[in-house]
Amino acid sequence: MNGEALDFPILSMLVFMPVAGAVIITLLSKRRPEYMKLVAAVSSVATGAMSIWLTAEFNGHESGFQFVSKHSWIEQWGISWHLGVDGISLFLILLTGVLFPLAILGIDPHNDDPAKNKPYLAWLLLLEAGVMGSFMSLDLFLFFVFFEIVLVPMYFLIGGWGYEGRVQAATKFFLYTMIGSAFMLVSIMATVFIASRNGVGHVTFDLVEIAEHAEFAASTGRWLFFGFAVAFAVKVPIFPLHTWLPDAHTQAPTAGSVVLAGVMLKLGTYGLLRFGLYLFPEASLWSRHLWLSLAVIGIIYGAIAATMQKDLKRLVAYSSVAHLGFIVLGIFAVTSQSITGAVMQMVNHGVSTGALFLLVGMIYERRHTRQIADLKGIQSVAPIFAAAFMIVMLSSIGVPGLNGFVGEYLILIGSFMSARWYVVVASTGVILAALYLLWAYQRVFHGEPDEANKTFAELKLKEAAVLLPFIAVIVFAGVYPKPILERIEPAVDALITHVEDKTGYESPQPAAVATISEEGE
Amino acid sequence: MLDVIWLIPAFPLAGFLLILLFGRRLGEPKSGYLASAMVLASFVVSVGAYFDLLSMDSHERAHIETLFSWVPVSSLQIDMAFLADPLSITMCLFVTGIGFLIHLFAVGYMHGDPNFSKFFLYLNLFVLSMTILVLGENLLVTFLGWEGVGTCSYLLISFWHQRESAATAGKKAFVTNRVGDWGFMLAMFLGFEAVGSVSYHALNGAAEAGSLATSTATGIALLLFVGAVGKSAQLPLYIWLPDAMEGPTPVSALIHAATMVTAGVFLMTRMNPMLAAAAPEASTIIAVVGALTALFAATIAVAQTDIKKVLAYSTVSQLGYMFLAVGSGAFVAAIFHMVTHAFFKALMFLGSGSVIHGMHHEQDMRKMGALRKLMPITAATFIVGWLAIAGVPPFAGFWSKDEILLFALAKGGTWGPILYVVGLVTAVLTAFYMTRQVIMVFFGEAKWESHANAAEAPEGEDEMTHGAHGEFKPHESPPIMLFPLVVLAGLAAVGGLIQLPAFGFIPDGWQHKLEHWLEPVVEAGEAHIAGTSAYDNKELLALLAIACALIGIGVAVAIYAKKLVKPVEPQLLADGWKYDSGVSAFMGGPGRKAFEAIAWFDKNVVDGAVHGVAKLVGGAGGQIRKTQTGNVRNYAGIVGVGVVLLLAWFVIGRGVL
Repeated sequence: MNGEALDFPILSMLVFMPVAGAVIITLLSKRRPEYMKLVAAVSSVATGAMSIWLTAEFNGHESGFQFVSKHSWIEQWGISWHLGVDGISLFLILLTGVLFPLAILGIDPHNDDPAKNKPYLAWLLLLEAGVMGSFMSLDLFLFFVFFEIVLVPMYFLIGGWGYEGRVQAATKFFLYTMIGSAFMLVSIMATVFIASRNGVGHVTFDLVEIAEHAEFAASTGRWLFFGFAVAFAVKVPIFPLHTWLPDAHTQAPTAGSVVLAGVMLKLGTYGLLRFGLYLFPEASLWSRHLWLSLAVIGIIYGAIAATMQKDLKRLVAYSSVAHLGFIVLGIFAVTSQSITGAVMQMVNHGVSTGALFLLVGMIYERRHTRQIADLKGIQSVAPIFAAAFMIVMLSSIGVPGLNGFVGEYLILIGSFMSARWYVVVASTGVILAALYLLWAYQRVFHGEPDEANKTFAELKLKEAAVLLPFIAVIVFAGVYPKPILERIEPAVDALITHVEDKTGYESPQPAAVATISEEGE
Repeated sequence: MLDVIWLIPAFPLAGFLLILLFGRRLGEPKSGYLASAMVLASFVVSVGAYFDLLSMDSHERAHIETLFSWVPVSSLQIDMAFLADPLSITMCLFVTGIGFLIHLFAVGYMHGDPNFSKFFLYLNLFVLSMTILVLGENLLVTFLGWEGVGTCSYLLISFWHQRESAATAGKKAFVTNRVGDWGFMLAMFLGFEAVGSVSYHALNGAAEAGSLATSTATGIALLLFVGAVGKSAQLPLYIWLPDAMEGPTPVSALIHAATMVTAGVFLMTRMNPMLAAAAPEASTIIAVVGALTALFAATIAVAQTDIKKVLAYSTVSQLGYMFLAVGSGAFVAAIFHMVTHAFFKALMFLGSGSVIHGMHHEQDMRKMGALRKLMPITAATFIVGWLAIAGVPPFAGFWSKDEILLFALAKGGTWGPILYVVGLVTAVLTAFYMTRQVIMVFFGEAKWESHANAAEAPEGEDEMTHGAHGEFKPHESPPIMLFPLVVLAGLAAVGGLIQLPAFGFIPDGWQHKLEHWLEPVVEAGEAHIAGTSAYDNKELLALLAIACALIGIGVAVAIYAKKLVKPVEPQLLADGWKYDSGVSAFMGGPGRKAFEAIAWFDKNVVDGAVHGVAKLVGGAGGQIRKTQTGNVRNYAGIVGVGVVLLLAWFVIGRGVL
């Protein structure tokens, strides 16, 4: 079935449903916290259900945008409410839709005060709307609005419900990403007006129109791209712009960390694809060696920094720097496998790292510490908890049969054809990933538990219920990734064709197998 | 049976899932029997597949069973598919056959362990991974099994994780193996780039058709060898295997002797056409690494005092022989030695497990001696294994080792004779250190009487079976542990029958059976040595090999049994040439310092710069604010400044608009 003919504005609903939830919660009386939770649950679960429905109805054979919803907004400037979904954004939307109800229902804010629940839940729902909107916007202005909206709830979530250094971390997060956004805003304005004179013919913020018709002079395109790139590079984060991340992750409440790692970082990599490669193919290719270098540095550097962390949450945060490096590598290697792998890895990282943050949050709830040195021998007292951690860890390490491997493998095998020596170095990241995670696991879970850890509680039913969906995805996507890959690939191939058409670049293909099949017969 | 070849991994998968769900309820010993039964079922399917293949014309003996499309992205199409051919079925037969025996043994050995079910959970997961590894139709399915066995190895080595050494050893095994996996992955990438596929059929087909550049074939072959070096514990990555002995002994027998560590040899054999298409230096490198490892590990084995460490270094050494075979184009001999080695090494590991069990978890051979009287069956079967590995005819090891040495010599050139001599010297050492072990453990005077207090056993074990403390007497193991020993001893005795050489006195129909069986798989890579002077003198070479074995045995008897000469066991050898400790010292010293330096750099330089800029801006902002009456909010302020700066840049600097 073709989504475009659909009457039900599913994409708009994905944005409005959490907004409605946030508004209702704000209007509710402070004395009825149970209603707040109920409203948050209903709106986030409904959003999640719609995202699942969207995935099921998505036409996997089509490369263009589906379920498009377009309404003129500020007509004289060519700004419209323009939403659409393709294979690149589909699973990020699904991930957002599923992750939020789990974070809202499964995790209680750690300094729990029922009165403070109200803004907490409202901010989370508003955050969801912002993330959803960012992944679906096909209008530059609209995208910028959503991209910025995301910052505000995150700032308050870290600042209001975080840990000891929360205020500083929140401020750093906010300022850092704001500065990046400032660059992007300028670029958006300039892009729109330059495009209107060069190929598009009128002032419009429509992403597709600009990408298809605008003819930027090479140097102009590079400057415009630069503005976007800075914003996304901070968001990813790409080395050396990454230092806000460990602070924000460590200080954020568990739900904040899960969402931050799960979907927010992907705004950066998604942006690089949608507003980098798609909008400025020439500039992206021109600068690709810079990106590839920074990606590889991030992989190695993030892993090494992760190895030496003393705080478990910080360790996971640095592992994100390494993992996101793989994704950036895949994007700028520009092959069908590498970009498809990168898109899948965005989802995988969200699942695996999201689950790791959940588990670290559970450890903190029990022991009120995140210091690796304070933890010991947990496997002896909580074997099921340890087993859950083990599976998630193996997924993060990239053990085949689990989700993380498929994405990483596709990124590397695809990138090898266009960026061979980068891959040779990047692949050593898989050794380091094993090193930092297994070492951490050994220190936290192995050995005889000391007095403080002897009473470490086993996984509770509610916790297991939250973790189970993560583990199910980890196993399913590792064993049978085909349903995911075949929905991503058409959009990626269309993107590569677009890049090739615009620049004359040829994405490398493996040598044909024809000679062998002739011999074989 | 061939179209249900997936049943071979499916049974252990079922066992894994059942124990995962019901393991605690099943408990001991039911979960152990369930796991064993599943592996036995796989063995039965393997036997059925074997006869199916046998009934086919020899060049049609390859059946691909595709389950589903696994990783399909445009030009890359990887199926979850299994390949049943003489090589994979040979591997399945001995993996599941020996696997079953070791499962049975473990039911006895792990008696009383609080995590009894979990042990069999991991063990079945291992067999699942191992059968996927050998049945894979393409490199990626093999890699799935490859990493799976590595993960199981990690889980099982650190099974008794309360001991820090066990936890560390598991981690070390995984990380070191990953160094090799790096090579394996790059080989896949290179193969895909060159051929557009990672299936064995396509890669080997391209190699045989000559459509691969020699440099590409060499690259793929050597990168795969890097993977093999990690998994099969060769120089310089062998260091994890001796430490892996921290795992329960059935694990050492199954994973770290008989099956997993041979995966590298299997992989090279599977890819033999690629090696044939590669530059000849690639084979020479493999042969040299193999021979060096064989000799190096054998020199270390002569000075070990831990009963399992001797066997561990011996395994490294024997795997070196297999790579010497691979590098000499003796793929059949490599598989032959892999199978015979699996018989006698699994036998000796289980035998050592029986000894350790009987000695209440004592592993120091200096505290043993004269155990043959108290553990007659363990001793008798161990002696069969000893004769097999020492190269005494007609036991299995003699035939397979002899064939490798023959091919090494026949390789010719500069390296052939050198490799041959290294192989012979290693054979002397092998006979020597194994004899030393047999004497120290089973003969001589009993030294355990003075060591009434056994080393502390892992908790929960043996408290039931052994009476009050103080009373210490080694005892024979229960039947469930002895049965596998007896079967393996039988196999170690007669295993040579599968590939007897073309000696005059051996009837034609008995010769080269394995070679005929494997021929369709290895014909591209197998060296043809008929006509070489080495081949013409093969009986003479065999006699020389026997002489070497007898020398090794004789010297050891003279030193350790007759005490004619005082034993010389240099500390340097006991310390493994200080290689392992050197690596550890480097990792813990300069390596760690470098890591710490980067963490420091991140905190103080990268983040420091950010904070510096923030302070600067904050200071400037404060100054500006003083001149303003209103309160400029951060958001608007920064956006505004950025917009102005960038617009100015665009207009003035770039001339746009």
